[in-house]
Amino acid sequence: MNIQDRFEVHEHDVLVIGAGGAGLRAAIEASSQGAKVALICKSLLGKAHTVMAEGGVAAALANVDKDDDWKTHFKDTMFGGKYVNNYRMAELHAKEAPERVLELEKWGAVFDRTKEGKIIQRAFGGHKYKRLSHVGDRTGLEMIRTLQDKGVHMGIDVFMECTITKLLKDGDKIAGAFGYWRENGKFVVFKGKAVVLATGGIGKMYKVTSNSWEYTADGQILAYHAGAELLDTEFVQFHPTGMVWPPGVIGILVTEAVRGEGGLLTNNKGERFMEKYDPERMELSTRDVVARAIYTENKEGRGTPHGGAFLDISHRGADYVKKKLPSMYHQFKELADVDITKEPMEVGPTGHYTMGGVRVNADTAMTCVPGLYAAGEVAAGLHGANRLGGNSLSDLLVFGRRAGLYASEYAKKNSGSVNINENDILTAEKEMISYFENASGENPYSVHIDLQELMQNNVGIFRIEEDLLKAIDGLQKLTTRAKKVKIEGSRMYNPGWHMAYDLGNMMIYAEAIARCALQRKESRGAHTRLDFPNPKLEDAKWNSIVKKGGNGEMIVDRVKSIDMPSDMKKILEETEKEKMSKYTNALSGGVTV
Amino acid sequence: MATEVIEKSQNNAESFGQTQRKDLWWLEPLLYAIGLGFFIIYATWAAFQGKHYEYGPYLSPFYSPLIIVDWWHFSPAFLILWIPAGFRMTCYYYRKAYYRSYFLGPPACGVRSLSKSYTGETAFPLIFQNIHRYFLIGASVLLFFLWNDVIKAFNFNGEFGVGVGTVVLFANTFLLTMYSLSCHSLRHLIGGCKDSFKCGYQHKVYEKISCANEHHMFWAWTSLFMVGFADLYVRLCAMGVWTDMRLI
Amino acid sequence: MEQAKFKVHRGEGSQGQDVDYTVPIEEGMVVLDAMHYIQKTASPDLAVRWNCKAAKCGSCSAEVNGKPRLMCKTRLDDFNLSEPITVRPMKSFPVIKDLACDVKWNYEVNKKIKPFTPKDDTDWIMYQRDVDRVQEFRKCIECFACQNVCHVLRDHNLKPKFAGPRFFVRVAGLEMHPLDGENRLEELRNDMGIGFCNITKCCTEVCPEDIHITDNAIIPMKERVVDKYYDPLKMLLRSLFGKK
Repeated sequence: MNIQDRFEVHEHDVLVIGAGGAGLRAAIEASSQGAKVALICKSLLGKAHTVMAEGGVAAALANVDKDDDWKTHFKDTMFGGKYVNNYRMAELHAKEAPERVLELEKWGAVFDRTKEGKIIQRAFGGHKYKRLSHVGDRTGLEMIRTLQDKGVHMGIDVFMECTITKLLKDGDKIAGAFGYWRENGKFVVFKGKAVVLATGGIGKMYKVTSNSWEYTADGQILAYHAGAELLDTEFVQFHPTGMVWPPGVIGILVTEAVRGEGGLLTNNKGERFMEKYDPERMELSTRDVVARAIYTENKEGRGTPHGGAFLDISHRGADYVKKKLPSMYHQFKELADVDITKEPMEVGPTGHYTMGGVRVNADTAMTCVPGLYAAGEVAAGLHGANRLGGNSLSDLLVFGRRAGLYASEYAKKNSGSVNINENDILTAEKEMISYFENASGENPYSVHIDLQELMQNNVGIFRIEEDLLKAIDGLQKLTTRAKKVKIEGSRMYNPGWHMAYDLGNMMIYAEAIARCALQRKESRGAHTRLDFPNPKLEDAKWNSIVKKGGNGEMIVDRVKSIDMPSDMKKILEETEKEKMSKYTNALSGGVTV
Repeated sequence: MATEVIEKSQNNAESFGQTQRKDLWWLEPLLYAIGLGFFIIYATWAAFQGKHYEYGPYLSPFYSPLIIVDWWHFSPAFLILWIPAGFRMTCYYYRKAYYRSYFLGPPACGVRSLSKSYTGETAFPLIFQNIHRYFLIGASVLLFFLWNDVIKAFNFNGEFGVGVGTVVLFANTFLLTMYSLSCHSLRHLIGGCKDSFKCGYQHKVYEKISCANEHHMFWAWTSLFMVGFADLYVRLCAMGVWTDMRLI
Repeated sequence: MEQAKFKVHRGEGSQGQDVDYTVPIEEGMVVLDAMHYIQKTASPDLAVRWNCKAAKCGSCSAEVNGKPRLMCKTRLDDFNLSEPITVRPMKSFPVIKDLACDVKWNYEVNKKIKPFTPKDDTDWIMYQRDVDRVQEFRKCIECFACQNVCHVLRDHNLKPKFAGPRFFVRVAGLEMHPLDGENRLEELRNDMGIGFCNITKCCTEVCPEDIHITDNAIIPMKERVVDKYYDPLKMLLRSLFGKK
């Protein structure tokens, strides 16, 4: 059989899967290195999750607080991640982020300005200094549009509304990808010497989430099946401030910039409850701390009518709020009938981000599969046990570029044509068509709803062994149910069919979360075990590893966290001492009005 | 469950007015058509009169500046009225209003237009909409005369006074001034043509003009009503139908 | 429980029909929630694009009771629920299936716009007062509601000659960028057909991001085109004193 006769086939040097910030940045870099690049995305171009990023991009530009530098950013990131981060990623990230942000400006991004005409920066949780470059509360949109407009003029081939369901290999090496067009359900084969995964996160397996339908752990599981390792899957970030009312909007993100601009959190007694949980940093504490605080206030009966906390920004004045937080103003006005310039918002934790994901080399972003790279949320390591707000946008710029750079180099080195095993393609095709075989069965969406319920209740913010075991057991049952769903209609733009496939990915990653959460018998960052409330000793720092065994079973293991060289350790200690006094000043500057 | 079967027809096969809208979309263009139509009829009639345009210290804005020359055998209004008429006809706001209300292209958003072929403002005669800025200059010159008329309207045979007519002429000229200040072409000339402002002062002026520009429709309608009313007021006084009242 | 009736366009390509659905309503519900309810219960194969559900991505454009809207911010309590609510795909673009349209043409137009090209030797200092205008245009979430409602595309289908409001906004954002050194007026007039716009302002009426498309982007661009191509005095001055 000639695959060309049977399938649409495209051939490129570098395939980039996912067209959010990381994917676009990788594609731009690979293309500028001379590689022929395909950019493949599940949605239309420019709709990826990056557009929903609001608050800003963290980079130590020191435009507002002159004392800021990469060392402080590095330290903040390590502290926020509870020291299980890959230190080398944190180092590269802190060093390179300013250059990446300035580069965006040269490509046409228009950030808000200081009086001197430079890029302005705002305070954010866990950042010592005012560090987040932003555009009101639509920073992600600005970034994705800038990258998109840069990318389309570079000759990158963009394949929109195309879902990749399998990575193809040539022996050990990566060789391409197989997928379907959402529009007509036809299959397509991409041959490529290197593949960059930039597919984002996993949030759609939770009931309350700020994530869209796209976040179904695609990249993580593509990599898993291709033989790559997953890292730290137990660390799932719950953003402390999502909308809690009305029902249709539950989980929609309320940007941390509200707190960055001086928003105050109170409970139903009017107390600024963060005093109890983090008196030093108050509202600008790290996300894990604030999320747990709001959850606890509710559990102890001090929550708001719809089960959240009050977040008030009205004291900053209507004009300021509308200028700096315009989309929050409209979001509440139109969806919840709340005027945030006059009254407080009601907010509660919402599933937001996964610190875990595909394990990669810090410098090259390559996985253990030759030719397979990962960047952005799908990759793990930079954020450790908890991500700081704003570090995600800088992450995708820094490591998106690195992935694109090293992927194109790899493609250059392996210049011969790639061979694809035809049987792999036929298997992948059969798997996708098999969903139509059940003559009767339930709606795939019902299984999804039950999955979300299961994960929300048992693998949420607070975890205990009993619940985690229940979740693992429940996932087995759901997997069986997912195989029996009935797909109505044809292969033409059929969300039910797409969901049936996505369920499989979510289920595997959900199991990885639950199993790693079970393995980690301590509380650290975003992972909180009620039965093990304290972190273990520092010298016991380790990371979880998940990989696929020879018989398709899930292997869960652990590795010792990478040891930091002494000069990096020294930086942590030095910055600690030198800047402690300035730190407290900067913080109070961020919160007070 | 299916109710009606509709084939998504070719655009050109659709008929005028086709829409899925359920609201009273026709009301706004209808009101505009009536309002504009009423004014055009009155203004044309008043311009043709060639008399009753002066009363005491008052001069009808349709006839200002008053130009009486031997070689012109028609109403003096026509010597100047083409300027404000051209200004309003090429105005970015009125264009919207009459394209919707008279040309029905489209009558309202999401409602099928009347015409089958369309060249927009790329071809004769509508390409001449582009000279709006020259009418702005002309209208600004007229404003000078109109303010002069307002000053004269305080002068009752050598003594200072204020009549209802003075107030009417003042209001009229004020509204016409605001209408001109809120003009899109002025906004362009004052700063819209620049990518960056030389100084904060230029930016402030641009901001103020922009602010007025946001309400260009309001100034367009109020000044239109008032200019017609000012002519009517002077006319009625001159005809003896109405008696002007002195306030001071 | 209170209910709302919907007539939703179903069908592949140019063939299609309105299908009736009944959906129970909750407080604060939007049209997109109703579409999701239909997917979860009656028709899992209902094709509808969406991503953020918070009016930030511009994916869920459709025509609700004949008006171009984002389904994620069109609340059911804005409607008289005794009558069925019709939900149709955007009319100006070919339908793929149900509520999903083929909007690729827009991406083709975007590709042709000259990219941001910084002026030589710029120091990258920009003042807020200069970028305010540009930032308004950069709020665009590309929902294409303006492209859909614009009668030049909707009724007259002048697609090859006319770029549509979305791209006038985009060009305005580049042309007014204080540090951009490129000039796109010739393309605006000749390739993008800005002269076809008769400023009937429907684009501004439907913009979910409240961008004043006509007043702040199209008219200022028209005025700049006039500067270059239609202002006799300026043309004369240019020919006398050389290119300004």
